[in-house]
Amino acid sequence: MLSIIRQLIRDTKSQKLRTFLTLFGMIWGTTAVSLLLAFGEGFHQQLAKESAGIGNGVVIGWPSRTSMPYDGLNKGRYILVDDEDIGLIRKKALGLSYISSEYQTQYKLHYKTKILAVGVTGIEPEYGEIRNLIPQEGGRFINHLDLQMKRRVLFMGDELAEQVFGNVSPVGQTINLHGSPFLVVGVMKKKQQNSNYNGSDKGKVFIPATTLKMMTGQKFVSNLVFAADNVRDTGALIKDVRHIMAARHRFSPDDEEAIGFWDTSENAKFINTLMLAFRIFLGGIGCLTMVVGGIGISNIMSVVVEERTREIGIKLALGAKPGSIMVQFLFETLALSIAGGIIGIIITFLICMTFPALNLSDTVGDPRLSPISAAATAAVLGLISFISGYFPARTAANLDPVIAMKM
Amino acid sequence: MILGSFFNTQKNNQKKENDGVISLKGLSKVYDTGKVKVEALRGVDLAVYSGEMVAITGPSGSGKSTLMNLIGCLDTATSGSYLLRGEEVSGMSREALASIRNRRVGFIFQSFNLLPQISAFENVEMPLIFGGMPKKNRKERVMDLLERVGLSERMDHKPTELSGGQMQRVAIARALAMDPDIILADEPTGNLDTGAGGDIMNLFIELWEQGRTILVITHDPALAKRAPRQVEIRDGNITEDIRRN
Repeated sequence: MLSIIRQLIRDTKSQKLRTFLTLFGMIWGTTAVSLLLAFGEGFHQQLAKESAGIGNGVVIGWPSRTSMPYDGLNKGRYILVDDEDIGLIRKKALGLSYISSEYQTQYKLHYKTKILAVGVTGIEPEYGEIRNLIPQEGGRFINHLDLQMKRRVLFMGDELAEQVFGNVSPVGQTINLHGSPFLVVGVMKKKQQNSNYNGSDKGKVFIPATTLKMMTGQKFVSNLVFAADNVRDTGALIKDVRHIMAARHRFSPDDEEAIGFWDTSENAKFINTLMLAFRIFLGGIGCLTMVVGGIGISNIMSVVVEERTREIGIKLALGAKPGSIMVQFLFETLALSIAGGIIGIIITFLICMTFPALNLSDTVGDPRLSPISAAATAAVLGLISFISGYFPARTAANLDPVIAMKM
Repeated sequence: MILGSFFNTQKNNQKKENDGVISLKGLSKVYDTGKVKVEALRGVDLAVYSGEMVAITGPSGSGKSTLMNLIGCLDTATSGSYLLRGEEVSGMSREALASIRNRRVGFIFQSFNLLPQISAFENVEMPLIFGGMPKKNRKERVMDLLERVGLSERMDHKPTELSGGQMQRVAIARALAMDPDIILADEPTGNLDTGAGGDIMNLFIELWEQGRTILVITHDPALAKRAPRQVEIRDGNITEDIRRN
């Protein structure tokens, strides 16, 4: 073993260019594979973060019209959902974590000289939790007391807050909404959100549902928003909610249009599948790059075997086992590849460390080298270098000592 | 009486065979290049006994190099039997042959075949490494061998820093390293001037006197005459087998 290492050191010293080229090929290949995987991972994380912006595993339900006749009632009936329905679901639905009604309208907003038309959403306190509306420091979300007392308080999206107040701290300010004064109690913490309905949360105003109902006279909810205890049970929960509503409003439990449901956890599943495919694609490209590197190594090792044919012949004549000649060459290839691989991984790691400084995180995410990606890279590297080392090594071991010594 | 002497001879032959280091029976080698078949050896019978020194002579193309390769286990015969110290060698695997070469055969080549990038010491050490001798024993053994060929002062020199005669002496030390059953020398003086060649030949005689079994291939008649036994090969057959006393 020690003599194999000494031999390796001697070889690398005597053939600096070859060693450099071999290493370079492998560094290149490893960096390509691991960097692609790291970017894939980072992009996935970014997408997951953005899709969680609307809330983790949120279901949005919107009451609509029946699509099939049921129990002697015609199809095309409007289904109208009110607070009593929400209370019933809250009481009966299995595996329900939170539910909130959501009322929507459009109001004019006055603040000093600014006038803006904004989407106003009337909600219950649970809504913040479900939809991932987290107040910035110093603020709070709408609470139960606000709801109970029909207070004129509002929680606003971060972008809208900046638009209205600029540098002034919004919390504690009074805004005029549809002619009524409202107290700003909180501003939403900045979040990534890539899917929405009726506009992104950052440009909206949220007020207690009771306050909004009082102002508009609305009786029926625009949407019901809920989430399951366990994201995996979302499908079953939707079915349960439909059954409860079907029994109460007399429509078929199989009627999927009476109340439409948008299961955002389906998005997450889709993203996961998409990203898996994407990563396999990136990994595949990386592997191809590494294969090219491997072919380079194989070529170089073939040249080495040719150059050292005489030496191999002499060693065989003196009783070196063909097997140990093979091991020596395989070891050389592996040692060079592993050294190249380690350097490649380090380069990738450094790139991952410095990338956030480029401020591209919002679009492509921060690349991250997960242990699985690193292990996958190592496995591919090992396999490729073994294969590329095997054939030259076998050629070396199969040399005829008589002919080889004459070279 | 006649029968008795016949049995006696048989017995003697048997005894001699058991003593034999090398015993070749009907050994032949055919090189098949696909188009042409070249019969390099045509059923050679040869016995070499322990402590003998044999010069193998013959014109080029006679098959003497083939014979040397077969005896040295560098190549395998097409047919026939080869017993080396009573062990059948033909039909052995490459790995097994490598082990035989390592332990049983010491090679000395016309072109020395030393590895140029390592020192004389390391060159002599090589067969010991292949034979699996522990490091601490190796050092002593190599020093001893180099002293025996008169090169202990040069052990750190690389072959390129040595003269032809010195290189051949390193090769002889290397051949002796594993204390082999036979020493095979292929034109050992072919690349040396007369003086150095004579020195090397004297070294062989010395080794022979110490009880080594030595086979020397040469086409130098003066050199061949110094060997106590001379075997001549022509067209793949042994044509002469002379013993001198």
